[in-house]
Amino acid sequence: MKNKNDITLLKISDLHKEFDHKEILKGVSFELHRGEVLVILGPSGCGKSTLLRCINGLEKIQAGDIIFNDASLTQDNTNWPDIRGKIGMVFQNYDLFPHMTVIDNILLGPLKVQKREKNEALEQAEDLLARVGLLDRKDAFPRQLSGGQKQRIAIVRALCMNPEIILFDEVTASLDPEVVREVLDVILGLAKQGMTMVIVTHEMGFARSVADRIIFMDEGNICEIAEPDVFFTNPQTERAQHFLNIFQY
Amino acid sequence: MQNLGINAIFQGRNFQRLFEGLLITMEISFVSIVIATLLGILIGLSRTTKNKPLLLINRLYLEFFRIIPTLVWLFVFYFGVTTALNVDLSGLSVAIIVFSLWGAAEMGDIVRGALQSLPQHQTESGMALGLNHWQLYLYVLIPQAVRRTLPGTINLATRMIKTTSLVVLIGVIDVVKIGQQIIETSRFEFPTASFWVYGFIFVLYFIICYPLSILSDKLEMKWNN
Repeated sequence: MKNKNDITLLKISDLHKEFDHKEILKGVSFELHRGEVLVILGPSGCGKSTLLRCINGLEKIQAGDIIFNDASLTQDNTNWPDIRGKIGMVFQNYDLFPHMTVIDNILLGPLKVQKREKNEALEQAEDLLARVGLLDRKDAFPRQLSGGQKQRIAIVRALCMNPEIILFDEVTASLDPEVVREVLDVILGLAKQGMTMVIVTHEMGFARSVADRIIFMDEGNICEIAEPDVFFTNPQTERAQHFLNIFQY
Repeated sequence: MQNLGINAIFQGRNFQRLFEGLLITMEISFVSIVIATLLGILIGLSRTTKNKPLLLINRLYLEFFRIIPTLVWLFVFYFGVTTALNVDLSGLSVAIIVFSLWGAAEMGDIVRGALQSLPQHQTESGMALGLNHWQLYLYVLIPQAVRRTLPGTINLATRMIKTTSLVVLIGVIDVVKIGQQIIETSRFEFPTASFWVYGFIFVLYFIICYPLSILSDKLEMKWNN
């Protein structure tokens, strides 16, 4: 936690989630500080994507609490549309709206949800597009873009809401290997600017270079929370050692 | 001298009367299609809820209009409902009511199918942007669903236009009925009138249905760029 300020932005405590009586998250707790990048690793089905979806209110939780900016998100009157403007999310599937141009995709949230001034939002959107090298595609439709381009646009769309946290759910998992890099570079750039992020990924090299802390999950539990160098060179749990061995040839 | 049947169409006011009949056909079709589309969208939306009684009512409504022939519905309303409720409805009103209800049932099913065919992640990415329930439908789901309903809607509209020819049987004078009248009155003078008059009506139906197909192609082209 070098150079990060210590304000706790998000606090998850003893989170339980089940689907059809099958427990997916069995009491998960961690804290996220402002400006911190957390990377969640773990085998498929360990509950890491579900965890992200719970933080964004896409899944109802059965027990535990999620505290964001000192307010609980598990109340009946939680204003999720409002919270989601502050906790952005980018998904694995290119989730752009196919009937809208790139710029309309990006401006939908700022204009309709946040009711911002058109010119001001447009200026920010174009600025962000320029930063990911896609300003010339702003009037294109999603189907005219490559997977990597779509995913960069999806990131811009989340950023344009000026969120306090962005959640990334395996954003490179559906991409061709040669375009994974361009998407990861964008996320790495955000980390350098101090964006607070929770990232679920299977890209180990990327996890190591972007993370401030690694959370390792297995079977609905957090097994290990460690700084990346410690986690990758000297994992404490047997499960983590086993998991990392899979990625070694 | 052989009297050419085609002349039957231009005898007296016949030509004008055929167009008046066509206007009735178009009035019933157009008004019903508009009402059916609006009602159908509401029905389609309501069929994506999880409200069991509402779903059941919707289901019964659709099945009743699918199973029972449109002609029977016309009779039920024209002869049955009017006497049972002691109201006086013209054949034209009954036609518009029945075609609107039938169209709305079918349209509701088309809209439901289109909404349910949209991938779940469209809903989720809309929600993740902070859109509320209504905004999600208004900006994300309905615009995409409308594109998917297009072929079904055009098909339904042409079916409705064609089926309006049944209104003759509840006393509405539409283009087909006027055609019959012309054929009967000119039967001695123009023995081949039926060929020409029905042929002309064929062309008239084509003229009102074909633009729909063109419109449908145009929209599909536009949406697919």
